[in-house]
Amino acid sequence: MKFNSKHTIIAWMEDKPGVLNRVAGLFRRRNFNIESLTVGHSETPGISRMTFVASGSQRELSQIQTQLDKLINITRIQDVTDEPALVRELALIKVEATGENRHEVVQMAELHRAEIVDVTIDSLVVQIVGREDRVNALVENLRHFGIIEMVRTGAVAMTRSRLKTVEEFGSNGTNQ
Amino acid sequence: MSRTVFGAQIIWEALIAEGVDVCFGMPGGAILPTYDALAKYEYQIHHVLVTHEQGASHMADGYARATGRVGVCIATSGPGAINLMTGLATAQMDSVPIVAITGQVPVSLLGKDGFQEADIQGVSLPITKHNYLVTNIEELGPAIKEAFYIARTGRPGPVLVDVTKDVQQTLMEGFDYDAIEVNLPGYISNKMEADPKDIARAARLINESERPVIVAGQGVSIAHAEAELRVLAEKANIPVATSLLGIGTFPTTHPLSISWGGMHGEAYCNHALQECDVLIAVGARLDDRLTGKFDTFAPKARIVHFDIDPAEMGKNLTIDTPVVGDALLSLRSLLPQIESTSHPDWLEQIEEWKRDSKEIDILEQETDDLNAPFIVRSLWHMTNGGDATIVTDVGQHQMWEAQYFNHTKKRSLLTSGGLGTMGYALPAAIGAQMGLKSEEVWVMAGDGGFQMTMIELKTVREQNVPVKITIINNSFLGMVQQWQDVFYEKRYSGTPLMNPDFVKIAEAYGIPARMVDKKEDVEDAIREAQETDGPFLIEFRVPTEHVYPMVPAGKSNSEMIRRKRPLLPTDEE
Ligand SMILES: Cc1ncc(C[n+]2csc(CCOP(=O)(O)OP(=O)(O)O)c2C)c(N)n1
Repeated sequence: MKFNSKHTIIAWMEDKPGVLNRVAGLFRRRNFNIESLTVGHSETPGISRMTFVASGSQRELSQIQTQLDKLINITRIQDVTDEPALVRELALIKVEATGENRHEVVQMAELHRAEIVDVTIDSLVVQIVGREDRVNALVENLRHFGIIEMVRTGAVAMTRSRLKTVEEFGSNGTNQ
Repeated sequence: MSRTVFGAQIIWEALIAEGVDVCFGMPGGAILPTYDALAKYEYQIHHVLVTHEQGASHMADGYARATGRVGVCIATSGPGAINLMTGLATAQMDSVPIVAITGQVPVSLLGKDGFQEADIQGVSLPITKHNYLVTNIEELGPAIKEAFYIARTGRPGPVLVDVTKDVQQTLMEGFDYDAIEVNLPGYISNKMEADPKDIARAARLINESERPVIVAGQGVSIAHAEAELRVLAEKANIPVATSLLGIGTFPTTHPLSISWGGMHGEAYCNHALQECDVLIAVGARLDDRLTGKFDTFAPKARIVHFDIDPAEMGKNLTIDTPVVGDALLSLRSLLPQIESTSHPDWLEQIEEWKRDSKEIDILEQETDDLNAPFIVRSLWHMTNGGDATIVTDVGQHQMWEAQYFNHTKKRSLLTSGGLGTMGYALPAAIGAQMGLKSEEVWVMAGDGGFQMTMIELKTVREQNVPVKITIINNSFLGMVQQWQDVFYEKRYSGTPLMNPDFVKIAEAYGIPARMVDKKEDVEDAIREAQETDGPFLIEFRVPTEHVYPMVPAGKSNSEMIRRKRPLLPTDEE
């Protein structure tokens, strides 16, 4: 299977100094193609949770997971691409908004179910939380008004169902 | 029993508790507290002072490869620790269990670019299985315990523990090494049982095959699965190739042995690999030196891959049946499902390829010139058919050793296969010899690589290590020169060597030595070395020569360059 696809993968890891360095070092060294990466606390003290989006062939994606799993501090990995999952990204977009177009920007934000979170004399900050394509759509539309500054978090993901147990993964799961 | 001890004592007591009887290192400021505490433990653990820390990590490596136990090396912060890195990378590539202890500047100076500070955790990160920076006395015991556990279990590898100087100087109450529990939630270690479904699929594929080949790697030896491998081969009459590191896992003198394959492996082995219909890799990672160009390797074969490391599955090649698990357990559950068969046509075909290889074998050709294959074969005879451990360096002599020393004993060839580290042989042999005590250990090095670490002759003398050293002196960086001959129109850029008198070098260190440049003197020199109590060095002066076959880098194993037939001129490519 040569065609590339984009996968959303969650990894749990011990919250120890340097762990992120190990992960980033691995991605760099093995030349993995990572589009975004987000890390924060999980529900378990001492365990951080990372969501990352990677693209590649089936074989590359399997390499990413098995190599990552070899890091001693990674406790678990789950590819949620084909699972019913909530995948969200947050973006803050500072848009030019002078007298004339201020109203249009507000309207555009509303149409996208985004919020205005900061207002100055000549700019607005729009905040959106949603799937990547929704964020992309908003950004595209706001470009028209002039984007001064933008920050995006990258995706975070959570499956809708309860997490599968190790047995349910079967032997071909990556979480061995 | 819990006691009050300094961090420095914890280091020694932990090593002793882990069964370490010898360690290799050199002191310096940041590790001084630990060296100062050594006096208390010297009757339990022998410290070998090295000349250069690269030697320490190779010695730990040689000790580990020869004995199967964890090798230990020690260095100070900054330059000392960095000098260890070549050896750690070598061990990481070849899955060798090492624990490296390094001193680090005190916590108060971390990140301040103080004297001899270097980010050793950062530097060693991609070339170790795992590493630790210990900045708190409470973490020291657990870090060392985990380091040993990680180094020796699963797919083994080097683990580094960097200990700040202040931690070594801190008193800890209630230290009890035995009570420390290894707590590694993200680490699945060894003895993994493969999925029975995968085993069954593997068995079916093997039973259906008409032209099967086994490729045995070092994983077989790590899992102690040599006997099971042999049963598998004999039960279904499957020819066995090895990887370079797999040499010794299956006796080369066995009728089913097809030696080893790859860039400079035997031609008949490469033919068999290219023509087989099922390839059974056991504990071999199928790297590019073995496979040649990935897309063209074993083009007719479906591949069954037994390995303990899930990340090896499909890393380089498309695998039909991955079997993740310990090689011993996997083979044990596979064997009852394997049918007895014979494959007569296939074995006859392989015999024909073998006959063809023999016809153009350099040993079959009449020449008065001393050559490395002749030396290697003589050494094999004179060690009662290979009852010795050979430690090679990297280059042409390494390939000839692997081709002409018919290894039959496990762990009898120690060589840097993955990283190809010149300078490996002498220090690794020192480590091996210290682990094997009185067994016969030989160094086989080129004149180039030997000079990279020959300063460890000092260690040989000081420790009176009875290692026998051979240098194949062709006055060239031979392997590179060969490539220049074939691919760069004989432009010898940076490969001619102006060598010292190796006999005098040895004598300067107080090591008896002798130079040999004729075939008829080889046996006598080897005998003299064997009969000498303690170390001995033989310099063999040889003309340049090529290693065949040769697969150009990035090419298919079907595109081997072979030695010319004897009737044709032999000096032209
Ligand atoms: C540390 C290191 N530097 C460079 C190389 C590249 N290299 C591979 S083989 C070789 C020549 C080795 O020459 P020598 O030690 O004389 O052995 P020979 O090939 O002649 O047997 C070189 C330079 C290497 N493998 N390792």
